This record gives sequence, structure tokens and C-alpha cells, in this order.
Amino acid sequence: MENMAMALDSPVNDEPAVTEETKVSARDVGVFYGEANALRDVNIDFKVNQVTSLIGPSGCGKSTFIRCLNRMNDTIDSCRVVGSIIMDGRDIYSRDVDPVELRARVGMVFQKPNPFPKSIYDNIAYGPRIHGMASRGGELDAIVEGSLRSAGLWEEVKDRLAEPGTGLSGGQQQRLCIARAIAVSPEVILMDEPCSALDPIATAKIEELIDELRQNYTIVIVTHSMQQAARVSQRTAFFHLGNLVEQGDTEHIFTNPDDDRTKAYITGRIG
Amino acid sequence: MTDQVVDIRALKPDLSPERISRRYAAERRFRLYGLVAIAVAIFMLALLMVVIVSKGYSAFVQTHILVEVTFDREVIDPDDTNDPEVISQANFRGIARGAIRKMFPEVTSRRDRRQLYRIFSSEIDFQLMRMARDDPSVIGTTRQVWLKAGADIDMLTKGFIDRDVPESNRRVNDKSLGWYDRLDEQQLVSRRFNTTFFTAADSREPEQAGILGALVGSFLTLAVTLVLVFPVGVSAAVYLEEFAPKNKWTDIIEVNINNLAAVPSIVFGLLGLAVFLNFFELPRSAPLVGGIVLALMTLPTIIIASRSAIMAVPPSIREAALGVGASHMQTVAHHVLPLALPGMLTGTIIGMARALGETAPLLMIGMVAFIVDIPGSITDASTVLPVQVFLWADAPERAFVERTSAATLVLLVFLVAMNLAAILLRKKFERRW
Repeated sequence: MENMAMALDSPVNDEPAVTEETKVSARDVGVFYGEANALRDVNIDFKVNQVTSLIGPSGCGKSTFIRCLNRMNDTIDSCRVVGSIIMDGRDIYSRDVDPVELRARVGMVFQKPNPFPKSIYDNIAYGPRIHGMASRGGELDAIVEGSLRSAGLWEEVKDRLAEPGTGLSGGQQQRLCIARAIAVSPEVILMDEPCSALDPIATAKIEELIDELRQNYTIVIVTHSMQQAARVSQRTAFFHLGNLVEQGDTEHIFTNPDDDRTKAYITGRIG
Repeated sequence: MTDQVVDIRALKPDLSPERISRRYAAERRFRLYGLVAIAVAIFMLALLMVVIVSKGYSAFVQTHILVEVTFDREVIDPDDTNDPEVISQANFRGIARGAIRKMFPEVTSRRDRRQLYRIFSSEIDFQLMRMARDDPSVIGTTRQVWLKAGADIDMLTKGFIDRDVPESNRRVNDKSLGWYDRLDEQQLVSRRFNTTFFTAADSREPEQAGILGALVGSFLTLAVTLVLVFPVGVSAAVYLEEFAPKNKWTDIIEVNINNLAAVPSIVFGLLGLAVFLNFFELPRSAPLVGGIVLALMTLPTIIIASRSAIMAVPPSIREAALGVGASHMQTVAHHVLPLALPGMLTGTIIGMARALGETAPLLMIGMVAFIVDIPGSITDASTVLPVQVFLWADAPERAFVERTSAATLVLLVFLVAMNLAAILLRKKFERRW
């Protein structure tokens, strides 16, 4: 309870030192599943040290879009992406970009907590191991501890690192997944409805964590909860029926949206 | 849909006791069907086991007759060398026959004596020779030895020969019966554990026939099968499930794999005969060829089982691995394969159990031959358990009936052991998430 109170008290939308440096920008991005056009002409910039939330009714294409940012859609045979997504000046869909390398730089947290059926330690250590990040055992231990600390999980699990990650509670599992994503020191973290399977207390902890992580990462979060978008993000983009309808500062979107559809959605008339 | 306007609030659910009790009755009926089905299955299984055990258990004991044998040093080893070579060359037949004659001094004619010797197994010479060779201290002494009785006398003690049948139709004539009864009265007849059954290979004489040759043959054959089928089956499944593009060609391959799984096993035997024996000229009747043929036969089953095990790995684990930057290969090797392994092992062991029970394809490659030696390598001529059952079931001697059932029991024990191993392996490697 104490933690939740803290989460609610923390000034989530308090503007930190915002650098207006763009990390990722999408230009005319469209996605096709076979013949079906799931997403059209998306143009959006994601800025360093900011949380951008993607909102919109079910099936609007926001999850499809976030999965373009680390080329997770490559694993779906029928999926085709057009347009360009520029990260640090390079199109991530160009031929010379290796999706495996890209995914090490763009971490992802999924809707349902999906820890590996391995120990807590191995869950975190897996990424650093396959990327050869630790040459000595001590370094790996340090990465594991640091990642778990960043995810606010260290105090809860430090005495049972050898126990399976699947034995944790839902909220802890999701923080474990966040720690796993952090462990490979990505630059961007994508979160696809990270709190949809969690209770309000666990949700509050994750939201608090997202705000802390913002200091070091560029964060994109898909959420169904408009309250969550308002709490955690600095910028918000509203998707509807495969179109990016409106984007802007979160405060602006939620108080004075320009588009009627956005207004209808945030006031609960559609969606 | 319909133009008719229905006021749903006016339509109350029918919660009358009759309707509810009908629903419960339907449930009870359904459970009853299930119980009946299981009861029938258990009854059939029990019947099978009762029939096999009741027919086969007598093969595990063998009639022996207590005979006073004089191991005459003059006959066996006159120079007192204790050399096994010398001892094994000695005339133990003479010693055995002398001992038998001493028990029945009144039998003098050649014909009667030959008949008298037939009460005992022709193997008793070897039995005595082995005794003397393994323990030379018996040489020069007189010992009470349990000598193995012949198959007909064995059948008589086990009650399979009817004394009321006229002598001309009986395997044991009146004279032999008289001798046997005399031995029995003196309490010189006993049924003892039949070690030969577990230590010998096939023989024309039922009392000398054993299961070990077929057992070793089955083991060698299955070893060849496993070595071939597991790596190939798992690799094929992993490739088809994880790496192969989904197109017309993979569809054709999939259809063909499913078809191959349903091909009658004798067709694989024909293939083995035509390709491995006639074309590659591999040795006939060998576990090597049997193993290859059974590997071809079980391969589709194992590919199908392995593919469904891979398919059952939740996509969220794949996404998690890809999400931290694992390559496709790493995702498969580190996460998908370990999680699919229990299913693959189960599929493999069930496939192997099927191969263990397979007879037809092996008939085509000559493993149905009569082989009296225990095979020492995968290129030696051998037979396998189910083929041994088939051979003994075909044999005319009454004593092979019980051995057929006993061999079936041994086969069943191995099948149960393999299926148990499948369950234990699955339990051991199973990981929950």
C-alpha cells in the first residue's frame, strides 16, 4: 500500500528536462496483412526521454504499429510494412539493418507477462549472455542486479534468484520482463499494454517505473486506459481504424483535442 | 432477422423440476457411458493378461529329475590337468547315460534304454560338462544332480498330457509313464526355475529354447532405429516447423509425411528387401537392416509428434526471446527445443514401442530365420521378440505353446517399461509456465 501511495503521489506529469531530440521517426508507414491494409500513412516522431502513448479503440492498429518499431512483424509471414522508420538517422527497414541487432537496441515488453520458464537470474542474464555483454561472471551478476534494481524488483527477489521466474506474481513477472528488456541496455523500450493483465496496485508500480525509466530511455507505450496515458506519457497519439488521427502533448490531447474523433474517444463516445 | 417483435422479458427460462432433472439425467447417462466404455476396456485388457499369464507362467519353470552322477576322473580328465579344454572334450554323454542306467538296472534292451534316455533332455551332457568345467573339484566325486527332463516329460508333469488318451495317440508311452511314476514316487521329480529360457537362443528342442537371442536382437535393432530416427526426425520437425517457408512444397511434404505414417508396415519391409538387401547387399537377417527399415517406418510418426510438440510451445516465449534480440536459431535452440523436448521424447518412445512390436517388415528382410546363436553385433543374423513369438506359435511341439505365451509376456513387460519411461521422461523434463 505504501508503494501505491507513493506511485500516486509522485508527480508523474511533471515536465523533466525535455530534450527535443528525436530518437525514432516514422514516415508514411503502412502495414498490410496479405491484402488487408491494417495501418495507413503514419507519421510520428518519438523523442528521447519522453513517454509516448498510443491510444485508440481495439483494432485501430496501435499494436501493429508498435511492433513495426522493432520489426517484430517480420515473424508474421503475411505481414508487409511500407514507408520508412528512421532511428538515429538510419531506416530500420533498410537491407543492411539486422533485425536481431535492432531488437537488442529496441526492447519490448508484452501484454501478457512472459518470463522464460527458467530461474529469475537466467531470465535477466539470457539477453546479456547471447550478446556477449559480460566477459566475467561478476559482470553478469552486476547486470542482473542493476536491471532488477532499475525495475524495482531487486528487494523482492534478491534472496530467490534461483527460483523460477514463472513463480512470481503477475505484477512481479511483468517487472521481471521489464528488467529483462533493460538488461541488454536498449535505447528504446516498447510496451504493448503492459498493465492490461495486472491489478491496480501492480499497475501503479509499473507506471511509477515507467516514469523512472524515462530518464534513460525513449519509451513507447500502447494502452487501453486513457487515465494511464494521461498519467505516464508526455505525448499521446490517437489511432482510429488504421489511421493516426491526432498526436500532440498529452495535456493538449486530453483537454483540447483538435479532431472530433479524438474528442469522441476520450470522452467515451467511441471505442 | 425476423419481423416478429419478441419481448424477451416475457420469456422466462424454464426452470421446472422436470426439465432440470432431465438435464441431470442426461449428465448421469453420459457418465455411465464413459464408465461402461472404461469397464469394457479394462475387462478386455484383463482377459488378455489372464489368458497370456495362465498359458505362459508354466514356461518359467522346468521339470528336473534328481540323478546320482559319478564324475569319473578316468573318463573326464585322466591326467588330472583340470584344463577346461580337456574337460569339455570328455564323454559326458556316457557318464549321463551310465547314471541313468544305474537308476533303472532292470532296463536292458537297447530300444528300452534309448527310450529311457529320452526322459531326459539331450542337453544334459552339456549340463554335466559345464558343471565339471566350471568347478573341477566335482571330478572324481559322486553328486546328486538335478538333470533337465525332456520336453514330453515336462509337459506330463505340467499336466498337458492326458493319461487317458490311448497309448498310440500319446506323446509319452506306457513304459515311460511307468518309469516317470516311479521317479515321482521317490520324490526325484521337481519343477525348478527355467534359467534356460532367459539365457539361451532359439532351439528345435523346446526345453533348450530361450528368449535371450530374440531379446538381444530386438535391443540391437531398436538401438539402430533410435540412433537413426531421433536426430533425423527432430531435425526434420524443427526445420519444417520453424524454418521452412509455408508454400506449396512444404504442403506437399506435409501431406506425404502424413501418408507415410499410414503406409502398411510390410511395404517398408519390401522396400528394405529391394533396396538394402538386393541393391546395397547388406547382410540378411541383420539388426542393421531391421533397424533401418523400422527407422523408416517410425520416422513419420516421430516427425508428426515432434512437430506438434514444437507447435505447442507458446508463442509468447518465442516473442520474449526475439524481443531481447535472440536470433531465430537461438530462439529455437534455447527456448523452443527445451520446451518441446518432453513431447518429442514421448513421441519417440511411443514410436520405438511400436517398432519393438513390429513383425511384418522384418519377415521380408529375413529376420524370421531360425537362429540358435545370440547375436553379438548389428551385422549378425538374429531375430526379434515378436518374430520369435510368431516362430514359436508356428512350432508343432506342445511345449512351445507355453513358451509362446511366455515370450509374449516378456515382450509386454518391455512395452510397459518403455511406455513408463516415456511418462517418467515427460514428467522430468516438463516445465510449466
